[in-house]
Amino acid sequence: MVFKRRHKEKLIEATLFWIGSLTIIILILICLFLFRDALTLFSTHSFYSFVTGSLWYPTADPPLYGLIPLLLGSVLVTFGAICISVPLGITSAIYISEIASPRVASFLKPFIEILAGIPSVVYGFFGLVVLAPYLQLWLDLSTGQVALTGSVMLAVMALPTIISISEDAISSIPSSIREGSLAMGATNWQTIYKVVLPAALSGISAAVMLGMGRAIGETMTVMMVTGNAAVIPGMPEGIVESVRTMTATIALEMGEVPIGSEHYHALFAVGSVLFIMTFLINLAADIIKKKYRFKLEGS
Amino acid sequence: MGEDFLQNFEIAIKVNNLNLWYGDNNALKEISIDIPKNKVTSLIGPSGCGKSTFIRCINRMNDLVRTCSIEGEVLVYDEDIYNEDIDVVELRKKVGMVFQKPNPFPMSIAENITYGPKIHGIKNKNELNRIVEQSLKAAALWDEVSDRLDKSALDLSGGQQQRLCIARTLAVNPEIILFDEPCSALDPISTAKIEELIMNLKKDYTIVIVTHNMQQAARISNYTAYFLHGKIMEYGDTEQIFENPRVKSTEDYITGRFG
Repeated sequence: MVFKRRHKEKLIEATLFWIGSLTIIILILICLFLFRDALTLFSTHSFYSFVTGSLWYPTADPPLYGLIPLLLGSVLVTFGAICISVPLGITSAIYISEIASPRVASFLKPFIEILAGIPSVVYGFFGLVVLAPYLQLWLDLSTGQVALTGSVMLAVMALPTIISISEDAISSIPSSIREGSLAMGATNWQTIYKVVLPAALSGISAAVMLGMGRAIGETMTVMMVTGNAAVIPGMPEGIVESVRTMTATIALEMGEVPIGSEHYHALFAVGSVLFIMTFLINLAADIIKKKYRFKLEGS
Repeated sequence: MGEDFLQNFEIAIKVNNLNLWYGDNNALKEISIDIPKNKVTSLIGPSGCGKSTFIRCINRMNDLVRTCSIEGEVLVYDEDIYNEDIDVVELRKKVGMVFQKPNPFPMSIAENITYGPKIHGIKNKNELNRIVEQSLKAAALWDEVSDRLDKSALDLSGGQQQRLCIARTLAVNPEIILFDEPCSALDPISTAKIEELIMNLKKDYTIVIVTHNMQQAARISNYTAYFLHGKIMEYGDTEQIFENPRVKSTEDYITGRFG
């Protein structure tokens, strides 16, 4: 009986272990295939001209696979999105966790979650038919499909991530610390601004990082609203010009390239760059989050 | 109450017929008490008797509880602190509070001290440095931390953190300090240090302390009030309360028959 029970335990543990490991195995396999197909490019095309090339022109002769316009397109749109979503997201998080009554907070939170549930194509559609024409009109542009349109839409899409993670960070600050501040005659706002926010800063930074990761990897929306012109955007006027991101490039061109061609491998190379960037951003978020846990507990 | 034993003293806090409700729960009933200036007054009683709730009325920390409502008068130096035109910020500057669990801010030791003075408008660096040194000395912590003022306050031991919280309270120069079970999370040695500190502080401050530890009340306080079920059952000279209680339930409590 004991023998049988022990075996059953072992079997369950082993099954769970392998199911758990499956995620990691899949991740490793994705990495392997992605990098293998990306590296193949450099047997026919120079690595240097890929990394430093200022033109993405796969139909030229010889074809040009310069990463820079796509990379800067992604960076510009993401940076714009962060500039909009961070102030909005953090103030919303402060309002929900510190100022709103529990009833108002419990009313607001589901709405923010709904924001996260809207498919990206719907955001793209909204950006295309509503936001782009307005921006064109207000800013007197030749087209509304510019980096800024993408930034605004991405900002809205990154908001739920930033709000909910910042809110967790703020709420996790023990209320005894707030009481300590209030008892010294600090106002509610002084307490939030000078004690709670600095204490939650690493958690909030992690939220910003994850929001950034969400924005940089977003494809459908940016493809629909940013105009997709693969030119190096000017800084800062590029924000009101058409740009093309790395994600949009892959989505637009992958359907048309012959499998195994040089162009095909170039797209994989772009995908690898994207993968490395999001990986680094998530890693940074993770490190910041850990640091913040230590900070509150002392070392 | 017009206690006879307080006849010759200046009264710092005067409470008249204070009633407090948390929702429908009548947590404090008809509390009337005079607390003398520059003395240590301790509040004892079993858990849930309302002593912590009461002490939080004196600096209006109960304002933070949404369901809390209050009737009656709390006078701090003859000023009704529940009057509409009272500035809570000014009140809390005058009436400091030290909490049950040490709650230093996640900042450096020096920043913990300067936080209060800064929010109350002191900007001069020399003045702030002077306050840091003075407050830490008054809280008997200076010798232990003077070489690491820029280190995180969270790296201090529990007892040191609590003394830092006391120093932080002293830094805004209050007249009254409320202690809400300040030693309940500390070891006996740290407790002894805090007690010694409280006895030194009574020269300059009016002190009200809530404690679960009856020996502590007996050791450090001049006057003791015994709370039960949201009422003050007995209030008097600490010696009289502990040696010759007039009320049966006080005697039962201090002799350990319940509580």
